[in-house]
Amino acid sequence: MSSRTDILANIRRSLARKPRVTSQSPADRLAALRPGVQPSRGRLPADRRLALFMAEAVRADATAEAVASFADVPGRVAAYLARHNLGAALRVAPLTRRDNIPWSKQPLLTPDFGPPRPEDSVGVGAAFAGVAETGTLVIQSGPESPTRLNVLPPTHIVVLRASAIVGTYEDVWARLRTERASKDGPTMPRTVNWITGPSRTADIEQTLLLGAHGPQRLHILIVNDLKDTVADGGFERG
Amino acid sequence: MESTARSFKENAHHALGDARLTEALARLAHGFPARRRDAAARLPEFDQLRDAARDIKDHVLDNLDVYLDRFEKQVIASGGRVHWCRDAVEARDAILKICQAADARTVTKSKSMIGEEIAINDHLEAHAIVPVETDLGEYIIQLRHEPPSHLIAPAIHLSMDQVADAFRAHHTDLDPARPLVEPRALLDEARTRLRERFLKADVGLTGANMLIAETGSIVIVTNEGNADLTCSLPRVHIALASIEKIVPTLEDAATILRVLARSATGQEISVYTTFVTGPRRADDADGPEEFHVVLLDNGRSALLGSEFHEMLRCIRCGACLNHCPVYGAVGGHAYGWVYSGPMGAVLVPGLIGLPEAQHLPNASTLCGRCESVCPMRIPLPKMLRHWRERQHATHESPAIARAALKVWSFLARHPALYRAVFGLGVSFLASLGRRKGRFRWLPFAGGWTSVRDLPAPEARSFLLQWRQRNPGTRT
Repeated sequence: MSSRTDILANIRRSLARKPRVTSQSPADRLAALRPGVQPSRGRLPADRRLALFMAEAVRADATAEAVASFADVPGRVAAYLARHNLGAALRVAPLTRRDNIPWSKQPLLTPDFGPPRPEDSVGVGAAFAGVAETGTLVIQSGPESPTRLNVLPPTHIVVLRASAIVGTYEDVWARLRTERASKDGPTMPRTVNWITGPSRTADIEQTLLLGAHGPQRLHILIVNDLKDTVADGGFERG
Repeated sequence: MESTARSFKENAHHALGDARLTEALARLAHGFPARRRDAAARLPEFDQLRDAARDIKDHVLDNLDVYLDRFEKQVIASGGRVHWCRDAVEARDAILKICQAADARTVTKSKSMIGEEIAINDHLEAHAIVPVETDLGEYIIQLRHEPPSHLIAPAIHLSMDQVADAFRAHHTDLDPARPLVEPRALLDEARTRLRERFLKADVGLTGANMLIAETGSIVIVTNEGNADLTCSLPRVHIALASIEKIVPTLEDAATILRVLARSATGQEISVYTTFVTGPRRADDADGPEEFHVVLLDNGRSALLGSEFHEMLRCIRCGACLNHCPVYGAVGGHAYGWVYSGPMGAVLVPGLIGLPEAQHLPNASTLCGRCESVCPMRIPLPKMLRHWRERQHATHESPAIARAALKVWSFLARHPALYRAVFGLGVSFLASLGRRKGRFRWLPFAGGWTSVRDLPAPEARSFLLQWRQRNPGTRT
């Protein structure tokens, strides 16, 4: 008997001893995709979601600033790098090209598009969403979004649209399913990264240190596009 | 992993005399419980979420075969493979075969308790493949050839000096006189060393905090980001998980994630929560070419439906360890196998057998703190009692304890005799201890009096005093 058959047979034999109390069949549950208990703190209008997202991200030791438009991003990135004495070489996710960030406005910056190399010191990525309840960034892997960019360079800068900030984790899944439903293939990309603050460890005498294996710094630039968003809370459901 | 659970008593005795361990455990006791309390207080829905999380896993366990089947289908549909393994031997072989097929020389690993359960590192080493632990705590204990002593803080038992000694002993290419007196210096050294390893590894081996049936995804939670480097840099990614890690949907995963980090470290959520589905897609910028899930049973299917069924809800947050007075006194190594604390005392006898783990269900005062903080509301004290009952029924408990229980139960069923015998004993002890009010030594009570005094009883029993104060009431 194969191990698979054997394990499943054991499970069925063991469960037979106990009456099933299930009120819902697995098929129904998988079809319903029912959201569970969602913290009320995330149920906010868009502008207050932005404020909560920033407060929670900072609580998790990230830094965050809101900018008026994508045109402001290069200037803010340059200022951030200068504040932290970091070099001007950037490894940028090609995905950010959709935002038409005018890097040439900061001639000192040298953005390089593509997957990161080990020696890269600053990565710039684009978030799929932000989750207000915990200040969590959601980043999808894809042809233009290398997942290594999130963890390889010691400084991680992420550009997030304010309109992509949702209240709760469940809102992320709803939006992901809607956006990917049109495409063939699986619901999920190879990798969905939820990132809340910079990398850390407390493995030596419970001392909290940032920058364990992933980035020591996480900076979030939130482009405030809310005025342009027609349907507020478009990513939220029921 | 080889068990030393049989010598729990000696292990515990040794641990109690270890001053550095006591200091480390005191740090633990001050940190985690307070942070958990604060995180719970910050979220009004916390207890509601615990109920919801419990219900999700109850539903999954009642339909485990269906969900495992669905999970496998989805992994295959997204281009991955599932390897079903009945026991440690099968899981070790499955992993070795994948590594050999990939011509692997080094394997980076992110923390996996299942990896400890099947002792995968020894197996890979025996076949000339170098496993490299990448979680900082795991890396430290790998250098020291030790097992983890805590679910989420594997090197919690060590002081900074001990870590520095391990680094000096193994990083011999560096200046032996370098100062390693700051945690930051130790971290930087490990980070540099491990960065080279990450970049050169042929296979990445991770655990999985959850498996999602809906999508065939695995969920990996870390604070360091080591799992993300482990599963995105090498050509092959293997995820090692036990069968009870299944949840139905992405929404269900979200519910459980809300209680996991809050219960573990008191964080709102861990830094990195990563959902991995299959290998890299044809046009992806990066990611591994192969994705394997090694699914391990190792005795769990037999626990289903038993009085230990609910133990399979456990999400390995470590809250029960952090709040346990016994764990807090002796640490994780004393328990002698992979899992320690209250969850270990319940799970280990189920996985390696009650005779081997006979002391663990007794290493508890049944104070109930573990159950009160468990995010999955697992009735740990009840299950510890189940093991004790089994020991009694199968005559595995000490003969003297069984004999004493027999005498006591006879007396308890004969109240007059009970009062006479205990009344006599109580007044005898009271007269002996009248002068000091306590005993420093007493025959047959050495286990108690060797570490503390025994208070002398009142001269008359409670019942006798009650009757004198409340004449006429029935007792």
